[in-house]
Amino acid sequence: MAEERPLGGSARDAEGERARVSRAHWRDNLRIMALLLCVWFAVSYLLGIVFVEPLNAVKIGGIPLGFWFAQQGAIYVFIVLILVYALWMDRVDRRHGVHDRPVEPSAPPPPARQGESA
Amino acid sequence: MSIQEWTYAIVGTTFALYIGIAIWSRVSSTSGFYVAGRGVPALANGMATGADWMSAASFISMAGLISFMGYTGAIYLMGWTGGYVLLALLLAPYLRKYGSFTVPEFVGDRYYSQTARVVAVFCAIFISFTYVAGQMRGVGVVFSRFLEVDVNVGVVIGVVLVFFYAVMGGMRGITYTQVAQYCVLIVAYLVPAVAISWKLTGNPIPQLGFGSELVEGKRAGMVLLEALDAIHRDLGLPEYTGAWVPGKKGMVDVLCITMALMVGTAGLPHVLIRFYTVPTARAARWSAMWALLFIGLLYTTAPAVAAFARVNMIQTLHETRIEDAPVWFRNWEKTGLIGFHDKNGDGRIQYTGDAATNELRVDPDIMVLANPEIAELPAWVVALVAAGALAAALSTAAGLLLVISASISHDLLKSVLWRDMSERDELRMARLAAALAVVVAGILGIYPPGFVAQVVAFAFGLAAASFFPILVLGIFSRRTTKEGAIAGMLSGIGFTAAYIIWFRFFDTGAGPDDWLFGISPEGIGTVGMLLNFAVTLAVSRVTAPPPPGVQAMVDEIRLPGGHRDESA
Repeated sequence: MAEERPLGGSARDAEGERARVSRAHWRDNLRIMALLLCVWFAVSYLLGIVFVEPLNAVKIGGIPLGFWFAQQGAIYVFIVLILVYALWMDRVDRRHGVHDRPVEPSAPPPPARQGESA
Repeated sequence: MSIQEWTYAIVGTTFALYIGIAIWSRVSSTSGFYVAGRGVPALANGMATGADWMSAASFISMAGLISFMGYTGAIYLMGWTGGYVLLALLLAPYLRKYGSFTVPEFVGDRYYSQTARVVAVFCAIFISFTYVAGQMRGVGVVFSRFLEVDVNVGVVIGVVLVFFYAVMGGMRGITYTQVAQYCVLIVAYLVPAVAISWKLTGNPIPQLGFGSELVEGKRAGMVLLEALDAIHRDLGLPEYTGAWVPGKKGMVDVLCITMALMVGTAGLPHVLIRFYTVPTARAARWSAMWALLFIGLLYTTAPAVAAFARVNMIQTLHETRIEDAPVWFRNWEKTGLIGFHDKNGDGRIQYTGDAATNELRVDPDIMVLANPEIAELPAWVVALVAAGALAAALSTAAGLLLVISASISHDLLKSVLWRDMSERDELRMARLAAALAVVVAGILGIYPPGFVAQVVAFAFGLAAASFFPILVLGIFSRRTTKEGAIAGMLSGIGFTAAYIIWFRFFDTGAGPDDWLFGISPEGIGTVGMLLNFAVTLAVSRVTAPPPPGVQAMVDEIRLPGGHRDESA
């Protein structure tokens, strides 16, 4: 899922400001996404499954910790992860000036849609 | 009032509410029919997604399954919620930004290929039909148990209702009835859960009662889960909280099933399409958050209900003389969901882990359906559970039917067979397709083909192995080509379907030792997904890059704001 370079260096230079904003925004987005997906993987697959037995030696509110992550904790963390993503991306959008912006008349023409008459 | 009178009253009221909403939200444009005019607020879409997602299986069966599986029930709990993280981060905002009407339409445009679109249409229709048959059957079963009408009459009542609001209101009608259905189903789930938590542990919050001490019964004073583990040891069953104990699934299998369910959730067309109805990419992120919050409310309650119901059932029934068995046991014995066979002739019920001495047969569904009676709640709560189960089944059925309708009218007719169709004709065709799909779903509910129940569980594996990888790569890798995507979809779904068909229909006696790396057919979608990713990436490297217009489109959908919507 790495960021790929567009074909041809000269074409990239000509894309101008909009392309720079787009790339910077995408880089921030990918970084946030990678961080949150690591947490997603860790709570569900590592704490809830792979390390469930050692964690079960610890109790949280009367529930073995590994079992708690598998049946409760992971779900709470999932909700918080999406909340953090939505809040964080709102900030990133504003920083790059791309929050809910109206359609610009000077924007490049919409991509060709095959089989569409819209 | 009797339970039956209450049930007629409450179910009748909720149905009148759904019909009222349908009349208020009827539509007259294709945009309204397919994507509710893209005007649904994030919060309302979160509720609608919750009802769309939580089916008869989540409402009726899940807690019961968990109560028999113990720790391993986590595959459903994490698998059916973790997919929303993938949806919110990897798919929903970008698919919304693109602004098409259907998932196959995005596939066709991104991969500049009608072939890819048609393959995607058939995947979407197949997944949705297998799923919807189970929902209509669920509607019939609830009617027959609570209102003592014939199962088939129940299916017909469900068909008429869904016909009314799906055909008239399209996505707009479905969305706002789903909001109402979410409210009905969550109240119906939480009221008995709170009551049984209070009764057993003195704590009204099930999520906390889950870790509290029991206040009544033979093991009063013990922490709930410790009591449950002790009970299981006494009966010769594997410990409830134990993970890798004999008699439960192995670690590799649990990992793979959880992954297949998560990724499958993120690839199910009726879930993806819900994110097309909000105004912006930003709203798509927020509505994924609300959706998981509303779903999590039920999903964190379910494992607590599972544990309460299990303790309660074993404590009240095990070693009880049959003439002293509680009233609910008698009532539900009539439905065949619970059964007693006095093998040793001592007049007492024995529940054990050994098939030779066990005298009690329990259907998992009873853990939710009979819960209000077990907890000695008033008749109106029992009626509420019936209304909740119907809401869960109907809302999911409607969402699936819309996917089928849009796939036929928009992806097959409009794009392939009848390209100069006017909007009015397309709307008429969409309604006709929805009407036909409802009727077919009803017929499948009345005459369920034997394999439906087995296939539904695999809809996730197939969705994981077909849609998810090519949607993600379509957004995250500009270089992914049409040849790569088609080869990836076919190899992923081909491998997964072949493995499932082999072990379900041909080599049915096979056990974990015969499975590939010990992965059961339920979890093989994970391998199919990895295969799809590998094939798509490899083939894309060696084929000509996508045209510049498509690469520009990928750049465009990565950036929020500035939506250009189809016919919006």
